[in-house]
Formats: sequence, C-alpha cells, structure tokens
Amino acid sequence: MTDYFADNPLELGGTSYDVEIVVKDTQSDSVRAGEVTAELINDDGADLILAASTPDTVNPVADQCEANGVPCITTAAPWQPYFFGRGASEGDSFDWTYHFFWGLEDVEAVYQDMWSQVDTNSQAGALWPNDPDGNAWSADFPGVVSENGYTITDPGLYENGTQDYSAQISAFQAADAQILLGVPIPPDFATFWQQAQQQGYSPRIATVAKALLFPSAVEAIGDSADGLSTEVWWTPEYPYESSLTGQSAQELADAYESETGQQWTQPIGFVHALFEVAVAALTEADSVEGQAVVDALADLQVSTVVGDLDWTSGPVPNVAKTPLVGGQWRATEGGEHPFELVIVSNSEQPGIPTAGTVEPLG
Amino acid sequence: MSWVNAVVQGILLGGLYALVAAGLSLVFGVMRIVNLAHGVLAVLAAFGAYVLGDALGLHPFLALLVVVPVMAAVGYGLQRGLLNRALGGGELAPLLVTFGLAIVLQNALLEAFSADSRRLDVGALGTASIRLGDGLTVGVFPLLAAVVGVLVIAAIGQFLARTATGRAMRATSDDRDAAALMGIDGRHLYGVATAIALGTVAIAGVFLGARSTFDPAAGGVTLIFAFEAVVIGGLGSLWGTLLGGVVLGVAQALGAAVDPAYGVLAGHLVFLVVLATRPRGLLPSAVTA
Repeated sequence: MTDYFADNPLELGGTSYDVEIVVKDTQSDSVRAGEVTAELINDDGADLILAASTPDTVNPVADQCEANGVPCITTAAPWQPYFFGRGASEGDSFDWTYHFFWGLEDVEAVYQDMWSQVDTNSQAGALWPNDPDGNAWSADFPGVVSENGYTITDPGLYENGTQDYSAQISAFQAADAQILLGVPIPPDFATFWQQAQQQGYSPRIATVAKALLFPSAVEAIGDSADGLSTEVWWTPEYPYESSLTGQSAQELADAYESETGQQWTQPIGFVHALFEVAVAALTEADSVEGQAVVDALADLQVSTVVGDLDWTSGPVPNVAKTPLVGGQWRATEGGEHPFELVIVSNSEQPGIPTAGTVEPLG
Repeated sequence: MSWVNAVVQGILLGGLYALVAAGLSLVFGVMRIVNLAHGVLAVLAAFGAYVLGDALGLHPFLALLVVVPVMAAVGYGLQRGLLNRALGGGELAPLLVTFGLAIVLQNALLEAFSADSRRLDVGALGTASIRLGDGLTVGVFPLLAAVVGVLVIAAIGQFLARTATGRAMRATSDDRDAAALMGIDGRHLYGVATAIALGTVAIAGVFLGARSTFDPAAGGVTLIFAFEAVVIGGLGSLWGTLLGGVVLGVAQALGAAVDPAYGVLAGHLVFLVVLATRPRGLLPSAVTA
C-alpha cells in the first residue's frame, strides 16, 4: 500500500497529499488497542484511523476515535458486537465511526444451507466459548435455526483455554448430534477435535468459525481437518476487483503469495478494502477535514475487492454489509497447499460461484 | 456413566499436568525459585521438536532424544549464567529474572516462527483409543502422557532419594551453607537441578504440542495449570505435584460435567480452597527436596 500511495498521491481540494501509513500493533489486546489508537490520534496526528479483526480490537479503537472526534473505518468483526456491543441503537448511532462486515444473520443462513446439503437428523451440538463471539452466537443461533427444524444442544459456555472437553463430547453423543457448530479459538478446537476422535464422537458435518479461518491453523489440526466447513468472507474466486489497483481478487491473492511465500488468507481482501474505503471517502469529501470525511462515509457507496459496500442500505446506521458464503477445507494430494478452501454454499450470494457441494465427514 | 467418564478423563489430564509441573516443582523444591519462564520453555521445546520434524522428518518422540539433552544443557547454562546470580539478589530477583526471560523468549519465538499455530504430528497415535465400557473410552495418547508423567516424577524421586548427587541436592536445599562446608558445590548442583527440570519440560512440551496446537503465546495457560498443580500438591513435593495435578484435572472435568462454564473455574476454586485451608498443600514436602 505504501508503494501504491507513493505513486498515487491523493488529490483533494486541489492539493496533492502524500499518504503516510502509521502501523500500530494492538497485539489483540483491547486495552492496548485503545492506547495505540490514542497515540495515533495525539502523537501522530492521524486524519483517519483504520482497524481490523475481532470485536476485541475493533471496538476499543472505534470508541477511542468516537471520543476524540476522528474518523474511523473498521472491518472483520460481525456487525452486531460492533454496533450493539458499543451501546448503539437504531436511533442513537455513532458520529465518527463506520464499519463493514457481515452479521450473525448471514452466518446463520450460510451454516443452515451447508447443513441442508448433508443428510442428518437435524441435531446440532454447539461449541461456544464464554467470550464476545460465543455469547453473541449462543444468544441468537438456537432460536433462528429452530424455525427450520434444527435443535441445538448447548452444554454451556466454556472458558477459552479449557483442556478437557469430555463433558461436551458426552453431551453431543447423548443427543446424537450429527451436526457440530461453534466459534472456538484455534488451539481449543484442535484439543476438542482430537478428544472427540479419541472418544468416538464423529459428526457428519462440522461448521466451525474462527478456528478454521487461517490455513496455518487448519494445517496444524492435521489430517483430520479434511472436510471441516466454515463460513467464507473472501476468497480469490470472488468476482470483484480493487477500486485502487484494479487487481482482481485472484491477482491480489497471487501477489500476496508470491511476496510472502505463504497461502492467501481471508483478511487480506478486507485489509485491502479498508484502504479502498478510505480513499473513496477522502475523495468524496475532497478534504482531510474530519467532519467532511464522516459526512462522505455516511452515504458512501463503493465497489471493493470484497464486494459492493453501501452505507445507505445497511441493517443499522454506520454499517455496510459484505457478502458471505460457505466453504469446506479439503486435503489436496500433492497440491500447492496441504488444504484448499472450496466454496460449497452460495445461497446468500448467487453471484459468487461454488466449486462443489458439502461432502459429509468420513 | 458420564461422571465416571469425567473422573477418568480428569485423572488422565491430571497426569499431563503433573508431567508439565514436575520441573517447576523440582526447581522450587531445591532452590525456592518459581520459574515463570516454565511455560514458555515448554513451548520452546515443542518448537524444537517441530523444527527437527520439519527438517529431518523425525517423529516427535524420536526428536526427544535430541530436544531433552539440548534443553537440559540450556537449563544448566541458564542456572549457572543467570539464575545463580539472581539468587544472591533477594527473593524477588529470581522471580523477576524468570519473568523477563519468559517475555524475551516468547517474543524471540514470535520473531522466528510467527504467530501461526503448529502441531507435532504423532500420526494415528493421536486419535487411537481404548474402549473400557459403554460411554467410557480413553485416548491412548492422554493415557501415555499420564503414564509418562508418573514415570518422570518417580524417576526424579528415585534420583533424589538414591543417588549421591540427589542426596547432595537435598542437603543443599535444606541448608546451603552447611552443605558447602561439607564440600558440596551449590552452584553446580543448582545447575544440575535446572538441567533435569528443563529435560522434563522438554518431554512435557512435546506432549503438549501433540495434543493441541501451539504458538509462541501458548505458554501462559500451561504455566498457570502447572503452577496450580504444584501449589495444590504442596510446594516442593514431587508426589504432591502428581496428586495436585490429578486433583486439578478431576476438578476441571467434574466442574465441566456440571456445566462447561465451571470447568476451568472449578480448578481455580479447588486451588483457592487448598491455599486457604492447607497453605502448605495436600502433601507438604517431608522427605524429598
């Protein structure tokens, strides 16, 4: 991005601006996220703050910006914890902070579409931790899926870092839960999945968020990761392109792979899109003045590498939605990467091509 | 049956905790040092085995043949070069030194290996199981971890009880100055103790790295549970540490059987209750160091 802006300074209001990107690491710590945001605002004099990934990071950053009256764009956290988690309501929203991502309603629809592709008894077992994600999911999921005949067995929210999952495994076995869903952190899912196999629990389909986001985490689970499913926010197959560089999703992923030598990950598209939104808002405002930028953001519409974003038609003010599909991790024989993410559900987004259907777990 | 299952799985988990905590217990027993770098050192050993597996295709258990002696050597060097000096600086100094060491090591690992999760691949052993009855199946791998935990603790116990070095170690632990008058070199003995401790940490790290995924930040949780096992069992008592590990594991499994939210909490509560009612632990050190 630094290279891009070096070649393409922003022309705003007749002035040419060199774009300086100051990066701070929140270390995924919410206290630190607030601190470094304050540093960016007070010490570096940032005109615009961008932040990504998980409510724990995004919320404190946005709160700090709201308090200081600095425009802020965030992504990669479901919009409900971002919006309601920061105390907003339909009538009482934010002045300075804007967000784009999917929400629980999308992941619920995608998971159910994937479940419906496999022959099951409609009994689902839930692995929900006692954290913002687990709380949000457990409050919302059971009621929504029951309308379609699914019953969720929720043994209770567990603490992240739990070492023994025999209680959950027994409960799932007792309920004959042929569907597994959850939003565990990667090491906890790896522990659970190994213990499930040791204790003979084998669901026919497993749709798991968070733990299966990164290819490295899937690889670390080992052979038994073959066939696990997850929601997909972005893949190189997405039919969109960057409004800045003109790269297609595939070209963006290829550029990342050739530069780092590592497999593409879903957040790549979203972090790129953050800069697309930033440039679109600044261009629309034709100024770096804060009020002008948030006025531009309030009804911004921009086509990015993660999809068409529209802040005028979001579910709530300050939020634009992004498309969500479902995917299944499949082991590749002698492929470039040990596991590839295959899109198997596009019920919510027919414009994004699927490459197969859900295959039941062995 | 689910209660029996919870207790059995809890005992196996406790064996693993004891394996992890053995080194911590030994170091505290001999030197009264709480090694806050213990968890990160276990992660370091796991990364060591990972690198060997990646480069040479070594099975994690075979990699132990290299990792254990290397970690033991690191332990000896660490004690002679760093911790022995810190020991002279009062009670707080070794604590701060190991705390700093933990942070430095964790960030060095992050620099070298990134935050990606890894796992040590033990093949079919990882998912193999033995069926003991209806609704009661134990994994071969947790069973192996628990057995190794007992063996490690028994081996250290025998070493302390029966060898000349072990006796000297206990003597130094009881009264370093008096032991020195008898011609025992405390600095060297402390080095040997830490070397043994880190050797066991290496074994623990490999088992931890194979039962779940790990990353440079994984040491924290490890340290907390190991520390609780040591305190519940009685500071400085090796068999107490085994008992403490089992009590902690069973408490967590039983708590989770009531409600998964109470799993980790039940472990912490038992820890607090023991600390409040029997501050010296369930088996206060009497014989061993």
